[in-house]
Amino acid sequence: MALSYEKVIEKYEPVLGLEVHVELGTKSKMFCGCSTEFGAAPNTQVCPVCLGLPGALPAVNGKAIEYTIAIGLALNCSIAPFSRFARKNYFYPDMPKNFQTSQYDEPICFGGFLDVKIDTDEGVKEYRVEIERVHMEEDTGKSLHMGGATGRIHGADYSLLDYNRAGIPLVEIVTKPLTGTGKYAPEVARAYVSELRDILRSLGVSDVKMEQGSLRCDANVSLRLIGAEKLGTRSETKNVNSLRSVERAVRSEMIRHAGILDKGERVIQETRHFHEDTGETTPGRSKEQAEDYRYFPEPDLVPVAPAADWIEKIRGSLPEKPSVRRKRIQEEWQVPDKEMAAMINADVLDQVEETVKLGADPTRARSWWLGEIARLANEREVPAASLPITAKDVAEVVALIVRGELTDKLARQVVEGVINNEGRPSEIIEKRGIKVVSDDSALLQAIEKAIAAQPDVAEKVRGGHIPAAGALIGAVMKETKGQADAAKVRELLLKHLGQG
Amino acid sequence: MIYEKSATEMATALETGEISAVELTKAHLDRIAAVDGEVKAFLYVDSEGALAQAKEVDQRRKAGEKLSPLAGVPLALKDVMVQQGVPTTCGSKMLEGWRPPYDSTVVSRLKAAGVIILGKTNMDEFAMGSSTENSAYFPTHNPWDLTRIPGGSGGGSSASLAAFEAPLAIGTDTGGSIRQPAAVTGTVGVKPTYGGVSRYGLVAFSSSLDQAGPCARNVLDAAYLHEVIGGYDPMDSTSINAPIPPVVAAAKNASVKGMKIGVIKELQGDGYQAGVLKRFNESLEELAKLGAEIVEVSCPNFEYALAAYYLIAPSECSSNLARFDAMRYGIRVGEGSAEEVMNATREVGFGKEVKRRIILGTYALSSGYYDAYYGSAQKVRTLISRDFENAFTKADVLVSPTAPTTAFKIGEKSNDPIAMYLNDIATIPTNLAGVCGISIPSGLAEEDGLPAGFQIMAGAMKDERLYQVGAALEAALNSKWGAPILSKAPKLGAK
Ligand SMILES: [Zn+2]
Repeated sequence: MALSYEKVIEKYEPVLGLEVHVELGTKSKMFCGCSTEFGAAPNTQVCPVCLGLPGALPAVNGKAIEYTIAIGLALNCSIAPFSRFARKNYFYPDMPKNFQTSQYDEPICFGGFLDVKIDTDEGVKEYRVEIERVHMEEDTGKSLHMGGATGRIHGADYSLLDYNRAGIPLVEIVTKPLTGTGKYAPEVARAYVSELRDILRSLGVSDVKMEQGSLRCDANVSLRLIGAEKLGTRSETKNVNSLRSVERAVRSEMIRHAGILDKGERVIQETRHFHEDTGETTPGRSKEQAEDYRYFPEPDLVPVAPAADWIEKIRGSLPEKPSVRRKRIQEEWQVPDKEMAAMINADVLDQVEETVKLGADPTRARSWWLGEIARLANEREVPAASLPITAKDVAEVVALIVRGELTDKLARQVVEGVINNEGRPSEIIEKRGIKVVSDDSALLQAIEKAIAAQPDVAEKVRGGHIPAAGALIGAVMKETKGQADAAKVRELLLKHLGQG
Repeated sequence: MIYEKSATEMATALETGEISAVELTKAHLDRIAAVDGEVKAFLYVDSEGALAQAKEVDQRRKAGEKLSPLAGVPLALKDVMVQQGVPTTCGSKMLEGWRPPYDSTVVSRLKAAGVIILGKTNMDEFAMGSSTENSAYFPTHNPWDLTRIPGGSGGGSSASLAAFEAPLAIGTDTGGSIRQPAAVTGTVGVKPTYGGVSRYGLVAFSSSLDQAGPCARNVLDAAYLHEVIGGYDPMDSTSINAPIPPVVAAAKNASVKGMKIGVIKELQGDGYQAGVLKRFNESLEELAKLGAEIVEVSCPNFEYALAAYYLIAPSECSSNLARFDAMRYGIRVGEGSAEEVMNATREVGFGKEVKRRIILGTYALSSGYYDAYYGSAQKVRTLISRDFENAFTKADVLVSPTAPTTAFKIGEKSNDPIAMYLNDIATIPTNLAGVCGISIPSGLAEEDGLPAGFQIMAGAMKDERLYQVGAALEAALNSKWGAPILSKAPKLGAK
């Protein structure tokens, strides 16, 4: 019987360590000119360098260094005036050179922090996550294990290797041990990864898609008795592919560790895999006999020594911090905390802001993205941002509503059409023959206009002289170019003037 | 015979139309066919490719194009240098049958200059050795005495020069693999400043020590070749972004008047063959006669150079050679899991010396031993660099015998790795410090009538000094002997 989370946190204090790997969005790989485009046919984006052919040598991608420095600066790190690459030696078929070129004891960025906010029982609380280091490395290729039931290496008939990913620049962001989060450890972990993702996205250095693996998180968790000094043995959970999973994996590991410790047993230092379906982790390879990677400085590369004025130039071009931006947006639009949080959780802040920039008012823009679009996204089990609807589409729909050319109901049809890939809003209106003339709001506008033009007639009707309405109805019919239903116009007009 | 001429003379004959590149290439291919059965300098002769290249050079010349000085002159390429479509084995079974899909920068530059690549020369497996006996295919024989080694690792390149199979060759020098073979074959070999010639496409043995360089039968020829292959290459991050030192001009301006020549105290005496030392001292006298000032300098840390080298080079090679795993190229042996195939292939594909060094290096880099071995070796390296810096404040160039002995018998040291390693005692410090060195013939040792080498060393990017001093000494010695030393070599193919 697993312990309840409440029992765990009564007795133990969690210590977290988060390692986030980010695939940089550079056009070319870390050490060669090959494309980094996702999804190409296997082994079509390779060359002597990233295939590790005999004689080939690496040359560092300057853009990758620039991006890494930008990440370091955005995370309040110091930038090393001099750092080196090292070789991490181990044999694996998807690693062309059988060593990974990585930074080891001399990372390019070190000693930063990131503040994150979470909701607690005592209101919104801020936690500071200290960053140990930000360093560069290259990705490996991919092994595809064929045959057998599991797609795992064990039991496979043979394996295929795809080196397209080999050499794609990766940045690893490592936190210092994070203490003092107590029962909020899972939430803080999630908030950290979420905030980090927002920063990386705002920097434009990565597409940060957790589902596609361009942002991957390993969560290290250990427990110690509350008040104890010494850190407990940690486990390292890999395969955490969504924000929700980060939170669940940390909680699940805390409960598992506590169960072991309560029995007086020892936690094994090991790698574990998180499973989305069960919400639990299973053991990977044990790290008790730590693999000896025989690190040594990469002799094929010269040290990275970024010029101070280049670093300052990068600092000067950093975009607005997501936390600052959120504050600004909330104030500008007067958004209540709850709705602000809803936009962030649904990950549609960019879309809403863009929609507003294109002319929609913030309230309508927000309600579309958080309402109908979010609902359709939920139905399809995808994030709203990944639907084929753009801020421009939403802004167009909102404008049509404001102009009275669409009712809310019709607008919902248009939005659904866009999401079903039927085309842009104007095309859908055209194709589906969506006509809005019977729309009450459009008619009401025409009616109001007619009343304003003939206030004396309107006064007569208000006074009970119904036949006078004819003049107003005629004006409305003229205004709508005869497309409105006269009976409907009459009904609305009388109702509007208190005679309905 | 045309193949006995120097590269510079051949270039002139080509330019004046006295001979075509195709004729010159054929003459060399014929010579190879005639003598290589005895010498065994070549692992692969690319007759077709060489003739096609020669034909193109002739056409370009006919069309009135301005060609590089060495256009049409043949060359032998050490098999550690990658050439597109041409088998490249590094003297190892591991790469048997591999035809690279790309050219090394050195090869690209040779091709652009119209230098005709005759084929690939034999070498110790992955450039590990001093005798070319570690080739997985066959040993190469020294044209001076076919029962003796031609030096190593680039014994194929040096033997091809001494056997008049090619007037020029490319070597690579990690601890002496260009200079020691030059010394024992009576030829010229240059290890340029580290970073002076691109390593892109040079199959790595020890990345921080490897340096490709020119091999020739005289100093001026080597200088011309140096200017073809040298210079910055963005594909090699360790290549130096600066103009090539003016080596051809220096070889032509062969004056040592007023220069200070530093004799390294630690690189003579015990362990050096008497006849080798005698020729060395005679060469010093010649330099003094030419107006140079001979001074003695001390490099106390050179004593540790060999030990440091045999930690750094194996460490780097243990990592560099990890890529030979049967997954993408080369041979594949065994079946089962990837790991089983890797193990079986590496067991069969690598020779004894390569395995010895991989094991040494793996051990030296292991956690817990790193500081004691690799770390200490790097410190020694710094001390050796400092020794050079100090010495270069007292002298313009430094000199020593290139190798302690003349060529030994094939098989003589095969079972004594330490004795074999001692061959490189005078050449290794240059590699550790990244400075440059040349070996030129100093004459024949009295005891055995075999060539000895005179080494000249200069500071980083001061390569022109090697050529300046080397050409001056070469001219003095040639006039003393009445002809270049190679003319005294026994005639091959006569039997
Ligand atoms: Zn590539």
